[in-house]
Amino acid sequence: MTFLDLIWLIPLFPLAGAAIMLFLGRKLDPQQPSAVALAPGVGPAPGMHGLGHAGHSHAGPGKKLISLLCPGTVLLSLIFSIGAVAELARLPEKTHQLILYTWIAGLPFQTATGSLARFSADWGFLLDPLSAVMILVVTGVGFLIHVYSIGYMGHEGGYYRFFGYMNLFVFFMLMLVLANNYALLFVGWEGVGLCSYLLIGFYFHKKSASDAANKAFIVNRIGDAGFILGMLMMFHVFGTVRFADVNRALAGPGYAPEASWGVLSVMALLLFVGATGKSAQFPLYVWLPDAMEGPTPVSALIHAATMVTAGVYMVARSNALFSLAPATSDIVAVIGAFTAILAASIALVQNDIKRVLAYSTVSQLGYMFLACGVGAYWVAIFHLYTHAFFKALLFLGAGSVIHALGGEQDMRRMGGLKEKLPTTYWTMLAGSLAIAGIPGLAGFFSKDEILWQVYSSPQGSTALFVVGLITAGMTAFYMFRLMFLTFHGKPRMDAHTLAHAHESPPVMTVPLAVLAAGSVLAGWIGVPKLWTAFPDAFRSFEHWLEPVMLRAAAHGADAGHHDAATEWLLMGLSVAVALGGIWVARVFYLRRPELPERLAQSAPGLYNTLLNKWYVDEVYGAVFVDGLAKGGGTALSEFDARVVDGGVNGTGWLARFTSQLSIWWDTWIVDGAVRLVSFAVKVVSYPVRLLQTGYVQAYALIFVLGVLVIFGYYWMR
Amino acid sequence: MDHILSIVLLTPLVGFAILLAIPSSKERAIKIWANVASLAGFLVCLPLVFHFDPGRDFQFVEKAAWIPSIGASYHLGIDGYSLLLVVLTALLGFLSILSSWKVIEHRLKEYYAYFLLLQVGMLGVFMALDFLLFFVFWELVLVPMYFIIAIWGSARRVYAAFKFIIYTLIGSVLMLLGILGLYFEHYRQFGVYTFDIAALMRTQLPPETQWWIFWAFFVGFAVKVPMFPLHTWLPDAHTEAPTAGSVVLASILLKMGTYGFLRFSLPLLPDAAKNPQIIQVMAFLSIVAIVYGALVCLMQKDWKKLIAYSSVSHMGFCTLGIFTLNPLGIAGSILQQINHGISTGMLFLIVGIAYERRHTREIAEYSGLLRVMPVYTIVFLIAALSSMGMPPLNGFIGEITILQGAYQVSLWWALAIVSGIALGAAYLIWLFQRTMLGELHEKNAGLGDLTPREIAVFAPLLVAVFWIGLYPKPFFRILERPVAQIVERVQPGYYARHNLPNPLVRADAGGTVTPAVR
Repeated sequence: MTFLDLIWLIPLFPLAGAAIMLFLGRKLDPQQPSAVALAPGVGPAPGMHGLGHAGHSHAGPGKKLISLLCPGTVLLSLIFSIGAVAELARLPEKTHQLILYTWIAGLPFQTATGSLARFSADWGFLLDPLSAVMILVVTGVGFLIHVYSIGYMGHEGGYYRFFGYMNLFVFFMLMLVLANNYALLFVGWEGVGLCSYLLIGFYFHKKSASDAANKAFIVNRIGDAGFILGMLMMFHVFGTVRFADVNRALAGPGYAPEASWGVLSVMALLLFVGATGKSAQFPLYVWLPDAMEGPTPVSALIHAATMVTAGVYMVARSNALFSLAPATSDIVAVIGAFTAILAASIALVQNDIKRVLAYSTVSQLGYMFLACGVGAYWVAIFHLYTHAFFKALLFLGAGSVIHALGGEQDMRRMGGLKEKLPTTYWTMLAGSLAIAGIPGLAGFFSKDEILWQVYSSPQGSTALFVVGLITAGMTAFYMFRLMFLTFHGKPRMDAHTLAHAHESPPVMTVPLAVLAAGSVLAGWIGVPKLWTAFPDAFRSFEHWLEPVMLRAAAHGADAGHHDAATEWLLMGLSVAVALGGIWVARVFYLRRPELPERLAQSAPGLYNTLLNKWYVDEVYGAVFVDGLAKGGGTALSEFDARVVDGGVNGTGWLARFTSQLSIWWDTWIVDGAVRLVSFAVKVVSYPVRLLQTGYVQAYALIFVLGVLVIFGYYWMR
Repeated sequence: MDHILSIVLLTPLVGFAILLAIPSSKERAIKIWANVASLAGFLVCLPLVFHFDPGRDFQFVEKAAWIPSIGASYHLGIDGYSLLLVVLTALLGFLSILSSWKVIEHRLKEYYAYFLLLQVGMLGVFMALDFLLFFVFWELVLVPMYFIIAIWGSARRVYAAFKFIIYTLIGSVLMLLGILGLYFEHYRQFGVYTFDIAALMRTQLPPETQWWIFWAFFVGFAVKVPMFPLHTWLPDAHTEAPTAGSVVLASILLKMGTYGFLRFSLPLLPDAAKNPQIIQVMAFLSIVAIVYGALVCLMQKDWKKLIAYSSVSHMGFCTLGIFTLNPLGIAGSILQQINHGISTGMLFLIVGIAYERRHTREIAEYSGLLRVMPVYTIVFLIAALSSMGMPPLNGFIGEITILQGAYQVSLWWALAIVSGIALGAAYLIWLFQRTMLGELHEKNAGLGDLTPREIAVFAPLLVAVFWIGLYPKPFFRILERPVAQIVERVQPGYYARHNLPNPLVRADAGGTVTPAVR
């Protein structure tokens, strides 16, 4: 029994944790929100969100068990993942597939090429360098965030519910990245969406939270429609959705990069539509900022480090397909770049600390797609991996600040917290420097490599590079705006809050420190080729992913034919831009805090447009929600009630009318005729009736008279 | 084993007869007996499952003379398709009776009597291999359902019951005309009067005749499904009926329509069924139903009516699958019929439980039920996810199979389906939000969670949801042959033309080598 044979256990541990929470959680953690809120006449306290208000409950033994069990399952997954990846590294073919059983064992059908295929998919796992990176990120960052949550969620109702959902999420996320085919990937894909729904709506009694959850779910389903179609096309074209088989087919002689819109380009585009939903890209990014209604650890784990990167993972997983679909790849790059700059521009002016980070995430995901679009898939994954460290760190740090301020999220009521929260400050500073792209920190290596690839790759362009560069400047600016507003300057919160502000307990700060170390060091496995002073060991990340991206690597082989001077120049440019962004933020928010206000007043149109997020939500609301869904639904209900039922009721009326008519006919014509006959009979029989008196004497008289008449007749003859 | 189908059919009938003998005053005895009888009705089905051979067509066949003078016989038999529907009927029949334990308070004896009678009719429909027998069972279903809606329904029950009966009667009459047309045409050609379906299949019908008979059948079956625009009886009937009535209506009665299409319209009238005009009309009506039903759902204020309209949308998937006329589409359609029975049945039971506690169906009256009814909420969530086709639950398997079949016909059909999938998520998740999440109304504060009896009602359905979702293989295996029968009948040589292994041709017997399948 090796770890590789046990990879099916990796997702199973957190599933077991979730199942235990589902069935026993309430018994373990009897302190129910219902118990608090159901006191007669007391509505759910609006301050449920405010931490520490629910009362410092005694952590009972059940609660302690939950705190051990749920992070424990993720730790077990982490250990098994490390074991499996270590064994994988020793395999010459660097790939290990484990099929448990045939899951969808559907009917046979004929593919587009006329060959026989079966509509089926495995319940199977694939561990290769790409999924190895992903499971390490998911379980590693996931474990740290679980630990952090013990402190962060400690005073909240529904503790078991929270950890149950989180464990369930980790299960689905691991299914997503370990699946050996698109259909099973889709199980994880939908599963993480469901957990995201449940966790965004964790404070379900808050309307805004449940609205945000709804929005996330529905917007994601729209993207999923594209994904499903893409998957169907894949079935139809290749007869299979297993990664290995699809890639083998694509590597065959029948396929070459498509000159225009061919079947592969459409297929790739449909898959990418799915990715825009899950990874919050334009035009489907609108759900992610709202998703910040969820508890902060959720934002860190799901909406920064793992789930939202699923789209990037999926595109990188499909690199063989995308590299044959240049038209689609162009769209991917453009959408990525556009989303990156759009979201960064919105982040410049937001005041909610979590929203800034949310838009930052959207923007960074844009970078990853930009990298995918220019064929630099390994760089996208590299950025995904470094981003997981510093973005999780920044969210958890923000959570620590919010925790310290009793639930405050508005940066206009923060400031001067540097001394109060030193660990949070220094770790977040490391994260901010990393995301800003300061040389030596994780974000620098990945972002700089993206920019270089965008410039130098044959699929890249200078225009995209410029967009990426401007975004980098904006990133540095909004991150340091956040840092200065939060930690520097004078405290702007009320005295009470300030007095209570305190550094978080070690259970929260230790994960921060670990992530900060990651943010500083994680990039050193992807050092630029330009830095020839470093041996190749410092560039192991690209080599590690090579087996997964052979085809893409072959296509991008002619990249990097530019001279070293250009590369140094661009690197210097991006560092300068980052430093410039930090400097502007310093001027605006430390030196001359009145400047931003003046600037906003001098260009109110632009400022309000940015503050209102380019009014995209309003447009969507008017067109899709009110127009299509509500308007269409109402119109069709009316159609049913008036037209279809109108027809039915009209028929009913017609039936009644005709029946009235036949009643009339029956009464006057048919019955009339009958009565006429009877009347005629009556008239005719009247004289006869006169005779029928019923008196025997009369009959006798008539009889006698009759006899006399007859006899008289004969006598007269 | 020889008379197993008769036993299955007669168990509820015997239950019905004994029930009539129990005095009306003994309410508890009536309830217990009705539950026992319907549970027995389910248990006697189990041998069918264990002895069913997926490699053969109609099994457990019984045939006896009934009205020899006109060629009608008591002819029963089931194939894989019927098997699934028979088991579903027996299971949901029992569960709906079990779910009625506390809700029905007056005229108990009649209520349970109608349900057991209904059970006989529905089982008969799915077993009959004689067209007249089928028609008798078909009509037998109407009467008890009419009374169930009209007596135990809610405020507008009489209107709803009337609408239901008028719609279906008109459908039945036209269907009977179609049957008689076939019957006499068969006599003209063979000189024998018979209602036997296998015999009627041998009739050679000119395409025009098929065309007319198809439309006559269409009205009968489309009303039942219901297909747009013959669907407006459904929201009323489903909404007004008592919970158990809605469950049976949605889960089983609607399947009689799709069953009719697959068992009669397609195999008996293959030229009409593959007429491109007819296919286009059917696809159009199905797609309209999918999108239309979903959009109407979005704007419903009545919880039960929303679920009712969702049936219109979901059954649109099933009819579209049928008219792909390819194995995947038809197999997906059948599977989705079963799935719809399970998940919509659950959704109606869920509404029923809320209604039982609060006596209102207004969505706005509920919110935050998660706080007081957590188990109920979980069950609702699973049912909603299953209904919206979330993997790895049952609905996903059915929808994706239909989709693959539809995609082979046209990308537009597939697009229509996925739009329905996206909208399905929207109305269901929004319903979930409005009822289960949010602030708890004070008037809902005292609601109790599911009782053990209610959990027992949901448990088998939940098992089915996960079973079909995680291990659908046995279902596909059972369906392989009936589907091939239908496809080969409508498009002879389909399997050979598409290089597919024909399940009707045994590889060992005929020498046809089945190509290796990945």
